[in-house]
Amino acid sequence: MLKFDNVTKRYPETGDVLRNISFHLRHAEMAFLAGHSGAGKSTLLKLIATMERCSRGQILLDGQDLSHAKEKQLPFIRRKMGIIYQDYKLLQDRTVFDNVALPLVIAGYGHHEITRRVRAALDKVSLSGKEKKYPFALSGGEQQRVGIARAVVNKPPIIIADEPTGNLDPELSAEIMFLFGQFQQVGVTVLIASHDISLITQLNHRVLKLDHGQLISS
Amino acid sequence: MKQGNKNYIRKNAPVKPVRHDVRQTKTAGGNFIDKLHAYRDLHAHALFSSLGRLVASPFTSIMTIAVLAIAISLASGFYILVVNLQQLTGSLETSNQISLFLRDDVSDSHANKLADSIRQNPDVQSVKLITREQGLAEFQTYSGFGAAINALENNPLPIVIQVLPKNSLEDKQGLESLLKNFQQSPEVDLAQVDLQWIERLQSILEVARLFAILLNLMLGLAVLFVIGNTVRLELHTRRDEVAIAKLVGATNSFILRPFLYSGFWIGFISGVSAWFIVNVLMLILRQPVEKLSGLYDGSFHLLFLSFTDTLALIFVSSVLGVISSWFVVIYQLRQLKPE
Ligand SMILES: Nc1ncnc2c1ncn2[C@@H]1O[C@H](COP(=O)(O)OP(=O)(O)OP(=O)(O)O)[C@@H](O)[C@H]1O
Ligand SMILES: [Mg+2]
Repeated sequence: MLKFDNVTKRYPETGDVLRNISFHLRHAEMAFLAGHSGAGKSTLLKLIATMERCSRGQILLDGQDLSHAKEKQLPFIRRKMGIIYQDYKLLQDRTVFDNVALPLVIAGYGHHEITRRVRAALDKVSLSGKEKKYPFALSGGEQQRVGIARAVVNKPPIIIADEPTGNLDPELSAEIMFLFGQFQQVGVTVLIASHDISLITQLNHRVLKLDHGQLISS
Repeated sequence: MKQGNKNYIRKNAPVKPVRHDVRQTKTAGGNFIDKLHAYRDLHAHALFSSLGRLVASPFTSIMTIAVLAIAISLASGFYILVVNLQQLTGSLETSNQISLFLRDDVSDSHANKLADSIRQNPDVQSVKLITREQGLAEFQTYSGFGAAINALENNPLPIVIQVLPKNSLEDKQGLESLLKNFQQSPEVDLAQVDLQWIERLQSILEVARLFAILLNLMLGLAVLFVIGNTVRLELHTRRDEVAIAKLVGATNSFILRPFLYSGFWIGFISGVSAWFIVNVLMLILRQPVEKLSGLYDGSFHLLFLSFTDTLALIFVSSVLGVISSWFVVIYQLRQLKPE
């Protein structure tokens, strides 16, 4: 599903942030990306999200070469993945419904289909009834779940999340991890960056461990 | 690589299987009719939401639109001025009339005989004699110097014979030889073709027309820049929205759409406002112009912007709005990296 082949990312200012990363995430597999602060976790996820391009090597998503994709193809590649951000990246002046509907509107779904899918996604993250609320009127955990609903509403085959539990209490974190488990259960590939060691060990999934830009265990 | 321990999931199993489409492409999402409706809805939404955003910040919108409307009305006002002046010379053009100013010592009866003999000339269409008295009376009514002229002891005006050559005499040479002919007769003090000053006026108008075109080009550029800057500011205030839309897979054309509509609305409303401004100015000018026209032969009527002119005015301003926002957003999207 997702294959890194000798991937190196170099920033002109900071040098090699990721060095010779190789791993293979199979279909419907769930894995954690662990490592100290500054290890390169966010950078690796940005490469997958095509927000950055790798300097060397090759990234294959579902057989498609992300590292050499044309600018024009990027929107369509991004529609194939659900991305969850630590800072949620929600539109503050739009309702919960509109936020979650955005990927569907962009993909050109019809009105009824959008309503149906948004309801289903919000239901999945236990936010039914909050469609008309604005993000600022929600708690951090609720906003995070809106972000998750937006990421999965398009039924993407892969979900990547950057510190999805970064500022949530343990109970909420467990709840959200449970949700990711459910997605994996129905065939979605999941990759989660986190430095929450206790949570990771507790869940006992595959762990990709980064240290100063190198993959030290997978 | 660790696998397993999915117990906590199995315990809470009732999740419906997700039918995820791995080969999800541009054509994902519903059937064709559904997609068509969705596309139409997107456009309708962009059309009205962009108008809504203009209304939501009335102060900025009114300032921008006022500047644009003034610029556009300046351009179209100058255009209509040239059109009117052209109409004026257009009506004069047909009269390549020759005026013969007779010597002071020629009597009225002599002048009449001369006029009769000119009438016999095969190149002449009509002849009109204006006696000293007629000339003075005309001058008194139209010049506004009535009282001053009454004070004069004797009439300073000469007898004038106005000769209208045949239409066949359109070439310059024929006219010139006719003129020379008149000039040689002893009664004539001065023979003058009215055409000469019309020609001069026409070349002045040609310059004015060229100037109007250049002015329109310059003001068109100004409109481009003003709308471009407005759309750039709007893009700046909505940059989070744009960045997030890009992150969840928006194409450039999806992002572009609402801004193109914003540009369209600004251009369209400015064009309509400019039309109103020009027409109000023309209505103010109409009375004095009609009065002035009445003092001459009354053949001149103020021309307003025609229906085609109006359509062109509004069309061009709307298109300028769309073009400038297209350039600005495409340029800014190149700069913008999603994050
Ligand atoms: N745009 C950039 N330009 C230059 N250097 C960058 C850029 N982004 C990240 N870096 C560098 O890359 C390194 C890894 O950053 P990254 O954000 O991937 O770390 P991280 O593992 O996500 O850390 P954290 O747990 O604190 O989020 C850091 O040293 C950072 O300075
Ligand atoms: Mg990070």
